Amino acid sequence: MRRTVPLLITAIVGAVLVIAYFIPHPPFDGLREDFSIFFDIIAAVAFILGGGNLIMMHGNRAYRREKGYWYSLVTVVSFLAVLVIGLAKLGNPGGFGGGTSVVTEGSAFHYAYQHVFRPCAATMFGLLAFYVASASFRAFRAKNAEATILLLVAFTILIGRTFVGTMLTSWLPDSLYFLTIPYLADKIMIVLNFAGNRAIMIGIALGIISTSLKVIIGIDRSYLGSD
Amino acid sequence: MSFITIVERVNELDKRWVFLGVALAVVLSTIFGLTFPEIPTPMVKDIFNKVESMPPGSRVLLPFDYDPGSEPELQPMAEAFVRHCAERDLKMYFIALWPLGQQMVEGVTNRVIEVEYPDLEYGHDYMDFGYKSGNEGVIAVILTDLKKLYTTDAHGTHIDQVPMMAGISNIRGFDLILTVSAGYPGMKEWIQYAGTPGNIPVGGGCTAVQAPLMYPYYPEQMIGLMGGIKAGAEYEQLLIGAYPQFKEDKRRYTTALIRMGPQTVTHLAIIFFIIVGNIAYQILRRHRGTQGSR
Repeated sequence: MRRTVPLLITAIVGAVLVIAYFIPHPPFDGLREDFSIFFDIIAAVAFILGGGNLIMMHGNRAYRREKGYWYSLVTVVSFLAVLVIGLAKLGNPGGFGGGTSVVTEGSAFHYAYQHVFRPCAATMFGLLAFYVASASFRAFRAKNAEATILLLVAFTILIGRTFVGTMLTSWLPDSLYFLTIPYLADKIMIVLNFAGNRAIMIGIALGIISTSLKVIIGIDRSYLGSD
Repeated sequence: MSFITIVERVNELDKRWVFLGVALAVVLSTIFGLTFPEIPTPMVKDIFNKVESMPPGSRVLLPFDYDPGSEPELQPMAEAFVRHCAERDLKMYFIALWPLGQQMVEGVTNRVIEVEYPDLEYGHDYMDFGYKSGNEGVIAVILTDLKKLYTTDAHGTHIDQVPMMAGISNIRGFDLILTVSAGYPGMKEWIQYAGTPGNIPVGGGCTAVQAPLMYPYYPEQMIGLMGGIKAGAEYEQLLIGAYPQFKEDKRRYTTALIRMGPQTVTHLAIIFFIIVGNIAYQILRRHRGTQGSR
């Protein structure tokens, strides 16, 4: 019973959604909408589940004083602090019942977002440039023919994505426009990248279709867990 | 110290020197305010021309699916879209599938609409649906019935009391979807679940790393694609060309063009490191080959 009911739900919902795509008429279109709304509700509930999971995981790690438990402690304390100031609408104009949104300017939540989360997130993003530079220095070495091609492509894209690419080959006559760096960078992205990505996407789509069919039919039951 | 020892050191250069080089490239180009003109590419022009060709009063849905992590890269193009829509007198409908997308919308409306276009009225000229969880599930529902999921706007006003919602029952009522996206859910989901099945034109911008994955959708399923800060700068260049008033305050209207300066110099710094690394590598390889043949 524990496995039959979820299997039936999956089979019915999956089949209805597939049919509704090809026959967008009653009752399938209505059912598709209802199922989509169920999904949205489940997605919202997943936030609570995620929060609980985060506290359990990091709370346990901090309680057991495992290696790096300080990070877990910071995670739990930050999570709870933001949760409390958000739920209680601390600092909101008009207070808890003031009818203002939790993100209203002046609220503690807004303050935490603007002065803690935003700079931290931007810093993490900014660090990427340093790691990309370091990785490029080590990885882009012309060790063999394939690596040399990769290096040349990376070079063309790097220069072609800036004004320098335009400047370097701007002296070329119109008849040789196909040799300009921006043109070459564009062609690499539009022709080679297009073709490669399309092939990958079609492959992924076929894989998803076969996996979905296995799930709907009940052959693949891995999503139910091992019990 | 012999020449080969120096070359060996360059070949195995400590990553902290690379970090220092990148830091100097960013800091110096920022201090000196280096900017370069941009030549708009066809994909960016296509979006610009689409917005330019829309009659006043057309409805544009603006999904802002990004967060502070990608804000420096995407906010300039989001602001450029809003400015362009405001100039063209288009109705703007903001929406977010990312929890922090709502804050991104507020950031843009505070900085652009409230400051530069104070005559625009909330509910009449622009509105915010706010954030909803559910990813592509949200798009699938609002494709057929928007009010089933959005009963109020982001400020808690009932959707039927928002004047600019009159006559809109689902997202097929919009003339264009102009998305700004940093990942999942984002541009791809708007194309797959709204644009293609609903026959609604979709265009927009995404992060530079996401752009190669989006190219296959152009031009059949996307009217145009803007990848990263460079495309944002190109859009600003087009805006300046069409609306000369944007030349007045460069710091306000050309943030992407300003940010392209450090990006260009950093690209050059990376290229420099790659060239130096390869020269050192080739010298060492030949040297070791010569030693081996002896």
